[in-house]
Amino acid sequence: MSALGLYNYEIVIVLMMTGFYVVIRSPNLVKKIVGLNIFQTSVFILYISMGKVADGTAPIVMEGARAYSNPLPHVLILTAIVVGVATTALGLALVVRIREAYGSVDEEAIQKQDRVG
Amino acid sequence: MLLGFLVVIALAVVRLRNLFAAVMLTGIYSLHAALLFISLDAVDVAFTEAAVGAGISTVLMLATLGLVGREESRPRGRGWLPLTVVLVTGGALVFATLDMPRFGDPNAPVHTHVAPRYIQDSPNETGVPNMVTSVLASYRGYDTLGETVVILTAGIGVLLLLGGRRRDNDEDEGPR
Repeated sequence: MSALGLYNYEIVIVLMMTGFYVVIRSPNLVKKIVGLNIFQTSVFILYISMGKVADGTAPIVMEGARAYSNPLPHVLILTAIVVGVATTALGLALVVRIREAYGSVDEEAIQKQDRVG
Repeated sequence: MLLGFLVVIALAVVRLRNLFAAVMLTGIYSLHAALLFISLDAVDVAFTEAAVGAGISTVLMLATLGLVGREESRPRGRGWLPLTVVLVTGGALVFATLDMPRFGDPNAPVHTHVAPRYIQDSPNETGVPNMVTSVLASYRGYDTLGETVVILTAGIGVLLLLGGRRRDNDEDEGPR
């Protein structure tokens, strides 16, 4: 039972490391932002998993509910999702600008131009 | 089960060289995460993730792909260094989870600090049956204010980055 009790957290770490790998390995800037999104969603899953109570229901007042799940992580993650989209938008705008300045979104091509210049 | 699907989708995103397919898979990944949030009792988070994470993010990325092209070049060099970094970090994190309270444990520290007060008093104090709404808009209203400031800042940043570009183009074309 103890191994099963940590199953969610282990999967979250696998997802997190997958996103991290994309961020540091992929040469393409758009793909890096995709990796960042995967990483971000895994953190959301971590928080929501912590908020779950066994036998609980959604935190909306209801007749006959024995326990409610913890509303606080839900609130924090609602904020984080919206902020995440704001950072994604800013990152993508930077990618578009980099593409105009260097003519490429490939990290190695950009670094080569920087060395020559 | 859903978590397993999420892992499969994430690994597929790593393998794909076609960025269009990778972005569409990210949208599917977000929808799966939303389903998972429903099964974990977080309905508000689920529909925000479905609308904002799966909807707006995907549209923004597709718009960017339309501007920058959709094929990824093959990464040069061997992947052992990133892989080692990732495995070491992952191992450290797994070690850290061993002390975490078990999933669904009602006596975990996160459930015994401030949450019981929200659950017991917020329906009477705010008159809103949905506790997530009352905490978001009432008890932690300043957080939400800060969130809107972040969005405003990001919006200004995007406008400055992309709006300035059009003016530059106009100036370039002007003398011709």
